[in-house]
Amino acid sequence: MLKRIVIGAASLGVACLLLFLALAWRSAIAPIDPPAATNFSAELIAKGEALAGAGYCATCHTAKGGATYAGGYGMPTPFGVIYSTNITPDPETGIGRWSLQAFTRAMHEGVSRDGSHLFPAFPYDHFTKVSDDDVKALYAYMMTRPPVRAVAPANTIPFPLNIRLLQEGWKILFFRNGRYQPDASKSAEWNRGAYLAEGLSHCGACHTPRNLLGAEKTADAYAGATIDNWIAPALTDANPSPVPWTEDELFSYLRNGVAPLHGVTAGPMSPVVHAGLSALPDSDVQAVGEYFADLDHSARRTAAVDGTVKDALAKSGLGSTREYDPDALLYAGACLGCHYNAGPTPLAVRPELALNSALNLPEPTNFIHVVLNGIGIAEGGRGLVMPGYAAALSDADIARLAAYLRRSRTNKPPWTDIEKKVAVARTQRPPN
Amino acid sequence: MATFDLNGRAVSVRSPDDTPLLWVIRDEFGLTGTKFGCGIGMCGACTVHVEGRATRSCITAVSAVAGAKITTIEGLDPNGRHPLQTAWIDLQVPQCGYCQSGQIMQAAALLKDYPNPTDEDINAVMAGNLCRCMTYVRIRSAIKLAASRIRGGSRA
Repeated sequence: MLKRIVIGAASLGVACLLLFLALAWRSAIAPIDPPAATNFSAELIAKGEALAGAGYCATCHTAKGGATYAGGYGMPTPFGVIYSTNITPDPETGIGRWSLQAFTRAMHEGVSRDGSHLFPAFPYDHFTKVSDDDVKALYAYMMTRPPVRAVAPANTIPFPLNIRLLQEGWKILFFRNGRYQPDASKSAEWNRGAYLAEGLSHCGACHTPRNLLGAEKTADAYAGATIDNWIAPALTDANPSPVPWTEDELFSYLRNGVAPLHGVTAGPMSPVVHAGLSALPDSDVQAVGEYFADLDHSARRTAAVDGTVKDALAKSGLGSTREYDPDALLYAGACLGCHYNAGPTPLAVRPELALNSALNLPEPTNFIHVVLNGIGIAEGGRGLVMPGYAAALSDADIARLAAYLRRSRTNKPPWTDIEKKVAVARTQRPPN
Repeated sequence: MATFDLNGRAVSVRSPDDTPLLWVIRDEFGLTGTKFGCGIGMCGACTVHVEGRATRSCITAVSAVAGAKITTIEGLDPNGRHPLQTAWIDLQVPQCGYCQSGQIMQAAALLKDYPNPTDEDINAVMAGNLCRCMTYVRIRSAIKLAASRIRGGSRA
């Protein structure tokens, strides 16, 4: 009897293993001779260029100081560092020998041309929603870039997680292959926004929290998460900004990098807007705005906006009013000249801190990064620069500023351990 | 190597990317109207305009303004006759004068945002520009005089 059970269990185990291998096994797609640029119409290439912007391909597939799309950009994950690959059409080190079929399979199924599974650091769980036509345009664009010979450094994912065949397990658990399905109850514009946001622009990759295996928790879609040591705020009505993200605010932010009632783009969001979405027409950016404005139910919350803005402006001059508060004096000396607003509405060029997204988040993370590093001319609103105070202010001073602003400008609970968090953030500063 | 527009002239910077803009303006390009005060963005003496906005140049890395349009006190008006500059002279605002180019650059940015500033507006926007000689009363008067002249359309 026991023998039968053992044999039965072993057989079942072998059968499961064989089934897994059968599922996991992907054949290589035959290499091709790199296609000539003349194979692609200028129109298709231009469409692909805009789509490559919408997907921020260059942001992850370009190492700092390296050639565009030549890969080698390191992405720290809880499992090790994964380096992006070379997606220029170099035949040996890039994707020059990839057919459209191989490129499409990578986008839609996360499988490399040689049949090996890609890690989901490449967000194929989003790209699977991209239409065949758009993938074709992306292919045309990528295959007509200058080929660059470059080999990415080896990933530091430890054994056995580095066995790519095991990625099939992740896919069985978390991945559903399939193109975007329009929601007939919504407008065409909403659907266009959803198609971009859910697919190529992969907003959830940063704004949706992940589980222990690194998969997006779909039940908590857009609930906010930590990415590259910054907070990617919630895009739902859980977003703590005092004023809701309306269509207008979202459009202004995603198009120009500045929303008058929220603040400017910073950190990892800067390239999203300035190097990515900038390739898209206004109508597409508007569509993404419409999608997220619907998602965060901002329309239900606009009644309170005027009052909130009025309250914020009433506090805008604090620091210059003889309060005899050393924290307020520090603020007045360092920040007030640029951030003060007289009203009747805040000026986009004077980010009003009482309304600012970073000041209202549960953690001071983003606030600290911005104070330390400032905002370069290409990062925030057009023509707006904020100096970095890393060399000017001590950890204690920055903590005082943070605590003062949180206390005097918001009705949120105080941040804790700010000084320690400033010290940590200093170690995370990007190299110059 | 950063390049930018300095008072209408295209310039290329030799200094490393993390060099403060103030160093570049003064040492590389010899424009010494912009002053070094505290070096930590807390006194306003180094204020210049980046794309027309008042910015503390002592703590702004030159890489952060690559491609931008920078205006210093030397470039505020081609003849040194900006309404603030003439008001400054008419009211004899400066005492030792060290902070004054920063004060004028900050005030010029203030008047762009708020052409008719109240005392509260001036207090807030000028709060980060210190004057050791305490010329604040005359600074305030000169800002109001310049504002009224600009609103009146007269540049004299």
